[in-house]
Amino acid sequence: MADATKTGVIFGINGPVIYLEGDPGFQMNEMVYVGEEKLVGEVIGLTLDRTIIQVYEETSRIKPGQLVYGSGAPVSVTLAPGILSNIFDGIQRPLSEIAKIGGPYINRGVSVDSLDTEKKWNTHIMVKKGDYLLPGSIIAQVQETRAIVHKILLPPTVEGYVLDVVEDGDYRISDALLTLQKGDGKEQSITMMQKWPIRVPRPTAKRFPASRPLITGQRILDTLFPLAKGGTAAVPGGFGTGKTMTQHQIAKWSDADIIIYIGCGERGNEMTQVLEEFSQLIDPKSGNPLLDRTTLIANTSNMPVAAREASLYSGLTLAEYYRDMGYHVAIMADSTSRWAEALRELSGRLEEMPAEEGFPAYLASRLSAFYERAGMMQNLNGTEGSVSIIGAVSPQGGDFSEPVTQNTKRFVRCFWGLDKSLAYARHFPAINWLTSYSEYLTDLAPWYTDHVDKCFMDYRNQIVSLLTQESSLMEIVKLIGADVLPDDQKLTLEVAKVIRTGFLQQNAFHKDDTCVPLEKQFKMMEVILYLYKRSRSLISMGMPMSILKEDTIFDKIISIKYDVPNDRLDLFDGYKNQIDQFYDNVVARNA
Amino acid sequence: MAIEYLGLSSINGPLVVLEGLQDASYDEIVEMTINGSQRKMGRIIEIDKDKAIIQVFEGTEGMALRNTHTRLTGHPMEIPVSVNMLGRTFNGIGQPIDGLGEISSDIRLDVNGKPLNPITREYPRNYICTGISSIDGLTTLIRGQKLPIFSGNGLPHDQLAAQIVQQASLGDDSDEEFGIIFAAMGVKYDVADFFRRTFEESGVSDHVAMFINLANDPVVERLITPKVALTAAEYLAFEKGMHILVILTDMTSFAEAMREVSSSKGEIPSRKGFPGYLYSELAALYERAGIVAGRTGSVTQIPILTMPNDDITHPIPDLTGYITEGQIVLDRELHSQSIYPPVSVLPSLSRLMKDGIGKGYTREDHQDVANQLFSCYAKVGDAKALASVIGEDELSPIDKMYLNFGKEFEHHFVGQDPHDNRTIIKTLDIGWKLLGMLPREELDRIDTKLLDQYYRPSQVTEEGLLKEE
Repeated sequence: MADATKTGVIFGINGPVIYLEGDPGFQMNEMVYVGEEKLVGEVIGLTLDRTIIQVYEETSRIKPGQLVYGSGAPVSVTLAPGILSNIFDGIQRPLSEIAKIGGPYINRGVSVDSLDTEKKWNTHIMVKKGDYLLPGSIIAQVQETRAIVHKILLPPTVEGYVLDVVEDGDYRISDALLTLQKGDGKEQSITMMQKWPIRVPRPTAKRFPASRPLITGQRILDTLFPLAKGGTAAVPGGFGTGKTMTQHQIAKWSDADIIIYIGCGERGNEMTQVLEEFSQLIDPKSGNPLLDRTTLIANTSNMPVAAREASLYSGLTLAEYYRDMGYHVAIMADSTSRWAEALRELSGRLEEMPAEEGFPAYLASRLSAFYERAGMMQNLNGTEGSVSIIGAVSPQGGDFSEPVTQNTKRFVRCFWGLDKSLAYARHFPAINWLTSYSEYLTDLAPWYTDHVDKCFMDYRNQIVSLLTQESSLMEIVKLIGADVLPDDQKLTLEVAKVIRTGFLQQNAFHKDDTCVPLEKQFKMMEVILYLYKRSRSLISMGMPMSILKEDTIFDKIISIKYDVPNDRLDLFDGYKNQIDQFYDNVVARNA
Repeated sequence: MAIEYLGLSSINGPLVVLEGLQDASYDEIVEMTINGSQRKMGRIIEIDKDKAIIQVFEGTEGMALRNTHTRLTGHPMEIPVSVNMLGRTFNGIGQPIDGLGEISSDIRLDVNGKPLNPITREYPRNYICTGISSIDGLTTLIRGQKLPIFSGNGLPHDQLAAQIVQQASLGDDSDEEFGIIFAAMGVKYDVADFFRRTFEESGVSDHVAMFINLANDPVVERLITPKVALTAAEYLAFEKGMHILVILTDMTSFAEAMREVSSSKGEIPSRKGFPGYLYSELAALYERAGIVAGRTGSVTQIPILTMPNDDITHPIPDLTGYITEGQIVLDRELHSQSIYPPVSVLPSLSRLMKDGIGKGYTREDHQDVANQLFSCYAKVGDAKALASVIGEDELSPIDKMYLNFGKEFEHHFVGQDPHDNRTIIKTLDIGWKLLGMLPREELDRIDTKLLDQYYRPSQVTEEGLLKEE
């Protein structure tokens, strides 16, 4: 550890970047306190004659000659019970504490503890005197919220014999729980709290290949473009196409144990909305408020830009910590473009040579390093956990060829491209089924076969193929109209319409449709394809499409999503009967 | 003991460099005296030891390297704020220009403002009735929202903004205290005058504070104009409990001023020459709209921006759209058909709408009707495209219905008289009448119960359908 008493003298200031004279002995990425107000900053560049610091707060009123104090440690997050249901800024300062001190506005230089150090947690100790503990071992557990048990972990850098341990009871996060004798004979007392630098991935034992889907309850995602637990996905889209809405839906309904929601450079009102909604909405699995499993990191667009850059890493480190306890964590990063722009802004202030569109040349490597921290892992303590990352991308002008989208595409395996024209027609979720893809399909196919139905992947492929056929038929329709198409192609169009409106469109404000279990998704596909099969045999018997459309069966199938409650899947049999009836009727009438 | 520094070491466009400074702080305001008489204000935008780059608000005309005296003020830009600001006119940096004297107040606020803590915000839910169908029905304005108008040169965005101001502020709850802050950045004299006259005619002048930076006023000044205006707005809303509507026009001039300063500073440009921090700067303005929990007032923003070459992907509208809570887009084609207001319905959006309408706010069918109108109007576009290839006569009956629906929708729902103040119920009824032109099976976005209650097939006559009233 570097010592924390070093100080430097400010030389120059340019927005969030400040320069110090000479080399006061700070280390790279060390957290520093700037000026009389002790604004938080981080060392981002060192040369013999100057030190570069990015400041996480507004730098108005800073003067040359003022001092910068070192902290001796890199920018870190505090890991202990109290993280869940909380809302932090980009460098893990709790916004509720800031509000208590400063009122409605965020003042500068506010010094607050990241977590409540006074609260006593009812702790159950899980080790005894004489045990030899390996790094990352679970030493105790605490009921952090109604939904989540927080496992207290030994820091990944420490191991040794337990010399002494406290009884079960109520402890603060800074109270010593046990004393450890390390290999070199030194003793170290261990508390619930540990610090971890945000830019360093937490170590794990082993990485597993993707094998289980992250079930979101969103039909187009689960069925067409599934994401694996421990996987990465990008949601690019111009403004108004529903990036945030998609992320909210996944945060609400996905089967992850923990959600870390990072609002990076986005709207203040949106964070307020998440906070309000999540404290009222009930998690269908646990019966507790969704906020019990959620942590929010809010660095809205008007908060200082350097903290925006850090917010993604803070969130990621919190996620890795919960993964180490054996939980499945999903990160919503909204939006990674704002993070990339923060990089660009800082890079510009540092007068670095720009690459594409002013973004620094290291954009790609930073993005890849970020997404690679996702994964399904075996933790040091033997448990299994995962971190999945769902990153929103806000491409400039809605143009997917810009650098952030393109570089993101290289490092994620799931691409959910949002489409402006679908959004304009209020087709939500506005995910374009032709441009989106998931590389996890083959990895996850065995899971779907075992856990849902052996026909699942087959049906899914038929649905996709119908949609693809529709899109090529639409090229013709645009030129000469639909009337001249042969009847079997008209049927394709009609069924594709049923798929689009009845299956792909999903109403986030409808109590049943907002989250749909996999089984219902499967049954819906089954019924639609059954309708297609029966209609096709009618067409092949020479019945024109106009006669088929006289029946209301197509509309009935479209409204299955509303008419069949999620817990009444038995109703699906009725629909099959109706299709049979429809078949018989058409045959009888036109015999 | 104010030290005055004599002379400058360089002048470059709106920026000057001063060396030998002591105790200057970043973002500090300096006062400059030129030739002993002319006074200007400047802001320190970069410091390198004893050398500072200063951005001069009133322009650098008349300044020479030797004739300038500079004095540090010791604080960032501040303005005095008071309720008496309403009814007054100021220049772009908040100095009164109406000859009625200074604003005397003990309270001086830093114009940069501070970010609102997301947890002390209150999620906006109260809708504002503007009396304009295309806005109330489809892109509802919510109190505390920031809803920009994306327009083009020659389109009637000013009239639309003026109409919103007139009809919204004089709505049903006019007993509540309201105020209008009008900030003009680089606008033509005629535009500023149009707003002044409109405010006078509608009798709200004494509730309006105007901050005017005209097209020929110094460019740098308009960088500070919206900040000054929003500082006044925040004070009136959150300290004095008033409902403040802020009109910022034209954001394009603001962004271009930023580009101008950035380029004279020699910064690395990102897209179209705009600096990398354009997003952060725009966000710092737009995010100052909102409601603070536990306080009565609100700040609602209607920024107006003219899209260069009507291009919505240009960085200014693009970045704005990513920050604001929706947008109202005006369309040249509708305008050329004399449809007022020429709101292009499909790309327009209000993000806060879903929580501020429906049962208890407007009417239970509002959301469904809006979705259905959007969805049907999107199909009109397809039918039009097809008709332009194969001719209208060859269209299928359903496509013809859509084509008719589109025409009636544009003329009777979107289009309305500039003085027509429609209630939300009337707007929704027109919506239903239009939907009645289509067969019931086509309406797939509306709940069956609502269809039973409201759907009636409309009779389409030769002259169109809504003539009967």
